[in-house]
Amino acid sequence: METILGLDYPTLWYLVVGLLFSGYAILEGFDYGAGAWHLFFKKDLSRRIAINAIGPLWDANQVWLIIGGGALFAGFPVMYATMLSAMYIPFMLFLMLLVLRSAAIKFRSAEEMKWWRRTWDIVYFVSNTLIAFLLGVVLGNLLQGFEIGENFGYQGGIFFSFLSPYALMVGLTTLFIFMTQGAIFLLLKTEGRLHARLTFLLKKGMIFFILSFAFTSFYTLIYISGVTDKFKENPVFFILPALAFLAVANVPRLVSKKKYEYALVFSSLTMAFLLMLVAFQMYPVLLPSTIDPKYSVTIYNAASSQKSLGIMLTIVLIGAPLLAMYFLFLYRTFNGKVKLDDTSY
Amino acid sequence: MDTEILARIQFAFTVAFHYIYPPLSIGLGLLMVIFEGLYLKTGNKHYEVLTRFWLKVFAITFGIGVATGIIMEFEFGTNWSVYSKYVGDIFGSALAAEGLFAFGLESTFLGILIFGWNRVSPKVHFISTIGVFLGSMFSAVWIVVANSWQQTPAGYHIVGEGLNARAEITDFWEMVFNPSSVDRIIHVWQGAFLAGAFLVLSVHAYYLLKGRYVEISRRGFKIALIVATVISLTQLLSGHSSADGVAKNQPAKLAAMEGHYEASSPADLYLFGWVDDKTQEVRGIKLPGGLSFLVHQDFNAPITGLDAFPKEDRPTQVNAVFQFYHIMVAIGLFLIGLTIYASFLWWKKKLFNKRWLLKIFAFSVLLPQIANQVGWFAAEMGRQPWVVYGHLRTNEAFSQEVSSNQILFSLILFFVVYTILFLLFLYSLNKKIKKGPYEEIQTDLQLV
Repeated sequence: METILGLDYPTLWYLVVGLLFSGYAILEGFDYGAGAWHLFFKKDLSRRIAINAIGPLWDANQVWLIIGGGALFAGFPVMYATMLSAMYIPFMLFLMLLVLRSAAIKFRSAEEMKWWRRTWDIVYFVSNTLIAFLLGVVLGNLLQGFEIGENFGYQGGIFFSFLSPYALMVGLTTLFIFMTQGAIFLLLKTEGRLHARLTFLLKKGMIFFILSFAFTSFYTLIYISGVTDKFKENPVFFILPALAFLAVANVPRLVSKKKYEYALVFSSLTMAFLLMLVAFQMYPVLLPSTIDPKYSVTIYNAASSQKSLGIMLTIVLIGAPLLAMYFLFLYRTFNGKVKLDDTSY
Repeated sequence: MDTEILARIQFAFTVAFHYIYPPLSIGLGLLMVIFEGLYLKTGNKHYEVLTRFWLKVFAITFGIGVATGIIMEFEFGTNWSVYSKYVGDIFGSALAAEGLFAFGLESTFLGILIFGWNRVSPKVHFISTIGVFLGSMFSAVWIVVANSWQQTPAGYHIVGEGLNARAEITDFWEMVFNPSSVDRIIHVWQGAFLAGAFLVLSVHAYYLLKGRYVEISRRGFKIALIVATVISLTQLLSGHSSADGVAKNQPAKLAAMEGHYEASSPADLYLFGWVDDKTQEVRGIKLPGGLSFLVHQDFNAPITGLDAFPKEDRPTQVNAVFQFYHIMVAIGLFLIGLTIYASFLWWKKKLFNKRWLLKIFAFSVLLPQIANQVGWFAAEMGRQPWVVYGHLRTNEAFSQEVSSNQILFSLILFFVVYTILFLLFLYSLNKKIKKGPYEEIQTDLQLV
């Protein structure tokens, strides 16, 4: 098998997919997170500003989901097909909520009526909250494994089996991580009353973030089988959980010092380290089978051909710098506090 | 109902709904590039008003297009897992290219396009408009490439057997330029340009009928008319070329389009008709040997009919394919007549004198939309029973582990959410049109 820098193609593509989903978590993390605070803001103007803080960015941030999903389909079609069909209900809900969320952003401020805005505010809040939560639930399910039999056939429950206690816990943790990310982002984009309100909310909310993070981490280490094996083999990788903990601990410190830019960086790093941790721990398995490990979906039995991966890696090498340029330009253009004008939502 | 039928209904419903929007975005994108380009070149405020007005409509169509498009991306995995595993290796590169080159471009510049008027210079804004327009064009390229590969697979080989069989790519460029992709990309682009141009024609015709925004509406109407005339004419060419390709690569589909059964005989061309699949007869108005002439330039040349194929390899809904195809062609021909007549009147300097013509234009917005929809229905139903032509059957491609109840649940959910979305779209489009490009008190004079 051909390799680049000692890594075979499926491993490289695993890194690409991991990178894309980390980008998605970080960027849409603050979008969804900001939305999950929505009903905590009381004034109509505050809510409008909060939506316009992500206004010009959320469509672009969503690209990471689209490319991430595409990359999974492209590189690991078996994984894409098995995961999505096994997690049918959560993904359908997730997709539906995405549509409702887009509608809420676009239509909320289009009318003056109180009932209209109220309804969309609720839709916006609920969809963002549930999206963040469902993403965590899916992650929790991935960590636990699916009931996969021969030929990657899913044999588990159909409607509610994805709601295991562990998955719910990861769901809540994800929500709190996103909310922290979202609040810090909003702090950077707002001023005055809303800013003061957010400072207060974040201070109160941070404790949930820390507690759920600590609880889920310990639970994962103790109860999910085999999690620590990899680290025992390669102790040097203990640096990942260590970094994750440091990043988490650093967030409240920076928030209390009002260094929100750095706080956003470290809150983003938290997510990146956590996902790296998951990725490293599972590698090369993508989806563990709870029936028999030999049925697990791995990057090798799920991967596209060498040829296909090679083409896609070339496309990524050309496309990624372009995309990075677009993003830099976009974020530079809309740097700074939200200013409402005639183009705003 | 069984899982396969439900999965098909859900896919047809979600993709048909999705396909209302991207063509509008591509078509409006082209017109916005023209309007804004003219504004930058001439400095004429009217063009700025046009750009800003259509940008508002564009923002809505683009937004709904993206939201409903994400669903399509994931629906392959949820509902068509066997298909996904089968084609993943092939579609992979097309999808990766779509995401990075096309979608990345359009979605990032969209923010600047919509919210950037007061933040970037007019030139940078214009570049963003072009970026979004090109991005949406590229998007269409990769999606149509993937679909065309399903119609006329190329640059691949089949690996494995039974449940583990899948197509693997052998030649990227052969896959991209498979026999039908170029014709179909152009045909789809043109369909999209027409969808956008006729929306612009329709709204400005409406303003002209009401005597509102007369000056900018005349300009907007004329520009859109040029686009519509040129494109509807050239659409005929790409359509013809596309049909030639179908004759060569998917003879069963061509036979279904004209209801041609006899295994090998000259085939007629119908203006309209009705196919009876049982008696294998078509009633309607026809040009005898017309299809033979179009394909071989000879009225007596034999065309492969449906009987040449085993029953299980033929499209099941012959009459539906026939009808959808003929509706598309009829609309295409009508649009050519309409736009040429209007252009003729313009040349005679009588373009805006005939109210009845403006009324037709006001309603004509629906026609390209219908043609786009039925064209795809003909293309997709004509490919049946295959999902990948000649290799993978639709009834083997759906997710075996998903139950019909799950799909029923999501189908109902889609139906409710999309109905709301569609009503919101109509409502906000209507409101934007009623409100107009600027406050009515302001007259055209003040603008100049």
